[in-house]
Amino acid sequence: MTGSHPVLTMTGISKSFPGVRALDGVDFRLFPGEVHALMGENGAGKSTLIKVLTGVYGVDRGTVALAGEQVSFTGPMQATAAGVSTVFQEVNLCTNLSVAENIFIGREPRRLGAVRWGEMRRRARALLTRLDLDIDVNAPLGSFSLAIQQMVAIARAIDIEARVLVLDEPTSSLDTGEVAQLFRVMRSLRDDGIAILFVTHFLDQVYRIADRITVLRNGQLVGEWTTGDLPQLSLVEKMIGKELDVLERLDEQPRRDVAATEGTPLLEARALGRRSAVAPFDLTVHAGEVVGLAGLLGSGRTEVARLLFGADRADHGSVRVDGSPTSLRTPVAAIARGIGFCSENRRAEGIVADLSVRENIVLAMQAARGWLRPIPRRRQDELVDRWVRALHIRPADPEIPVGNLSGGNQQKVLLARWLITEPRLLILDEPTRGIDIGAKTEIQRLVAQLSDGGTAVLFISAELEEVLRLSHRIAVMRDHELVTQLTNDQSVDADRIMQAIAAGAAHEGVPS
Amino acid sequence: MTTTSLSPGRTWARLPRRHVPVLVTLALLLVLYGVGVSQYRAFSNVQVVFNVFIDNGFLLVVAVGMTFVILTGGIDLSVGSVVAMTAMVSAFLLREGWPAALVLVVALLIGPTLGFLMGCVIHFFDIQPFIVTLAGMFFARGMCTFISDSSIPITDGFWTTMSQQRIGDPSGTFVSISVLIAFAVVAVAAYVLAYTRLGRNVYAVGGNAQSALLMGLPVGRTRIAVYTISGLCAAVGGILLSFYTLSGAPLIAVGMELDVIAAVVIGGTVLTGGAGYVFGTVLGVLVLGVIQTLITFDGSLNSWWTKIVIGGLLFAFILLQRLIGIRYK
Repeated sequence: MTGSHPVLTMTGISKSFPGVRALDGVDFRLFPGEVHALMGENGAGKSTLIKVLTGVYGVDRGTVALAGEQVSFTGPMQATAAGVSTVFQEVNLCTNLSVAENIFIGREPRRLGAVRWGEMRRRARALLTRLDLDIDVNAPLGSFSLAIQQMVAIARAIDIEARVLVLDEPTSSLDTGEVAQLFRVMRSLRDDGIAILFVTHFLDQVYRIADRITVLRNGQLVGEWTTGDLPQLSLVEKMIGKELDVLERLDEQPRRDVAATEGTPLLEARALGRRSAVAPFDLTVHAGEVVGLAGLLGSGRTEVARLLFGADRADHGSVRVDGSPTSLRTPVAAIARGIGFCSENRRAEGIVADLSVRENIVLAMQAARGWLRPIPRRRQDELVDRWVRALHIRPADPEIPVGNLSGGNQQKVLLARWLITEPRLLILDEPTRGIDIGAKTEIQRLVAQLSDGGTAVLFISAELEEVLRLSHRIAVMRDHELVTQLTNDQSVDADRIMQAIAAGAAHEGVPS
Repeated sequence: MTTTSLSPGRTWARLPRRHVPVLVTLALLLVLYGVGVSQYRAFSNVQVVFNVFIDNGFLLVVAVGMTFVILTGGIDLSVGSVVAMTAMVSAFLLREGWPAALVLVVALLIGPTLGFLMGCVIHFFDIQPFIVTLAGMFFARGMCTFISDSSIPITDGFWTTMSQQRIGDPSGTFVSISVLIAFAVVAVAAYVLAYTRLGRNVYAVGGNAQSALLMGLPVGRTRIAVYTISGLCAAVGGILLSFYTLSGAPLIAVGMELDVIAAVVIGGTVLTGGAGYVFGTVLGVLVLGVIQTLITFDGSLNSWWTKIVIGGLLFAFILLQRLIGIRYK
């Protein structure tokens, strides 16, 4: 599986930023023909290590050697030229250009200075065939799904005679099928002798694809293991650095029986729908109930949430809140009726990166009060302080810009924003995506607490396990249609939901 | 345009979305021309079409430069003033007795130099192109009046030859040399955009500058290049205008930058950048020219009707771009 000599050796890497020691004497090695997972919580130093490797940052101490020769890249371009290519979490390509161009721009095949389009398309096709992808290379990249865009980014990366391929959270926005396709590609590249450095937050993916695991914690190396030698639970312990009491406790917590579904539902949607977004569906949510919304990426989960929040306007059906007919035509109307919505797209639609933690948290409350009635500063401080502590937002300084926080903490700020408005129904769209396991557990626990306190939660997540753990009832989406609703009792497990997602028929004739 | 040449087996039936705006403009142009032909017998004379080119050759050249800028998501408000300044400088230097060749060289250097400087300010200080080129606009217009506050006639032999030379067949249809120069500029620009790295980088920067940077493309150099190109095109446009009017006047081409932007947008280039073609810009300029001609033929309509129609068209095209979702972002 691994050659005798590592293609990449990083030794004693240290890197400090003002006030933070991001990396402290970290060693890392990468062999040709292996998939090596780099694990750690947010802030453990994974990103810094990758940025050092690709030349975005210089090092304070330590050396990087590529195939035995010491290197010191001054930027990603130089790293790429030397055979170290990186594909980032956010696809950094130009969606207005064609697929072929995105692969080759900057090094197009040319004759006498003129781009040879035919040759470029031919080579693009050949390259994508190698990745098992048969798409029109002339079509603009923006017309394809995120998964395909990611593959194109990989195609671009490996065309540069890559010896080392760094994949920084490539799967965080892919659905199950797309992840499988990505893994096929990764395996075939590995078999070609490329060394792959893989960063992800999904533990099960690590066990599916990685040959070796390196764990970082607080900027220090915890260790390096072959995957077989490190059971999943120990991996989590290594990452967190303590026994997983929080996780365990949540796991042992019996799924609470269905909350009171008697009486008037808090929210009742009848045949609510919007053309070309989501087919008409019925959905009721009672106070204190957690309703999970499961389904593949792009199955219409977000569209349901946006309809209920008034972010999109329904063209079909009706909504009742507390039994009386209501029109949720705008978010303002939804907020006024006690509905809150944390978008999955927290960077674009949620946090305001330049505003402080405090300002971000009071935003929704201020909006609900109207801008003419400012919240007194002392009241703001009080509220913000309470939630920063309750949600363990780190760093606990309410005056720093939210943009400086890690993804998990940004998510918590977003949650706090809605929580201080004391919503009666909170819609959470992928609240745990792309955040580390500690923060994830905290958010899951928070959902459970909210539900105990009588708040209804509509919980949208691609992770079935999470949906199963938290929900009283699970609605399954497929192809923009709500196909079935299951009461989350003993008979429901991930398989059954998977079947519902796959066939939309879990409610009939499934042996349990 | 060549970005979409067909791969084997591709059917014509499927119409790529990014071509819709250009095709709509083409259809509009044909309709306008059809209206002209059906209303006025003289409209079908080929010379009418040639005259549209003769009257708008300089506009076309400037619009080509603007296309580069808008493709990167920028804007260049200085072009009208640069056109005027170039004509003004030419007229002044010729009156001072400079040889025509030298005057041409100097006049053609001013525009790109100013464009280069504005590009540098936009890139290195990360300032909105709108405000930087607005400053450039005031500067160049001020320079016009500084040179002379009244119009300077041009009597130079080369200029009058260029102005009066007719290229055409004996039957009487003809174009001016300016039109040929404009066509050459269009051809070169189309080639640069479709077949050179600079051209492709222009599209990449307009699509997503951040990504372009991470893909290792020279974003800064591309930005500075497009303003330099726009300045060069404005300078060429200024020379063509001085051929056309045989004078330099401090208040000529006021507001021309807005006509140019309108032509580019009607030609299907998206204001946010990343999508559009030089061919579309040619169509956009033709649409403006044909509307003007129609109003001239009518004779009873005030020439301000041109502006009113263009205003309506601009609205329609911006809405169209929105509706077909050409903004991929």
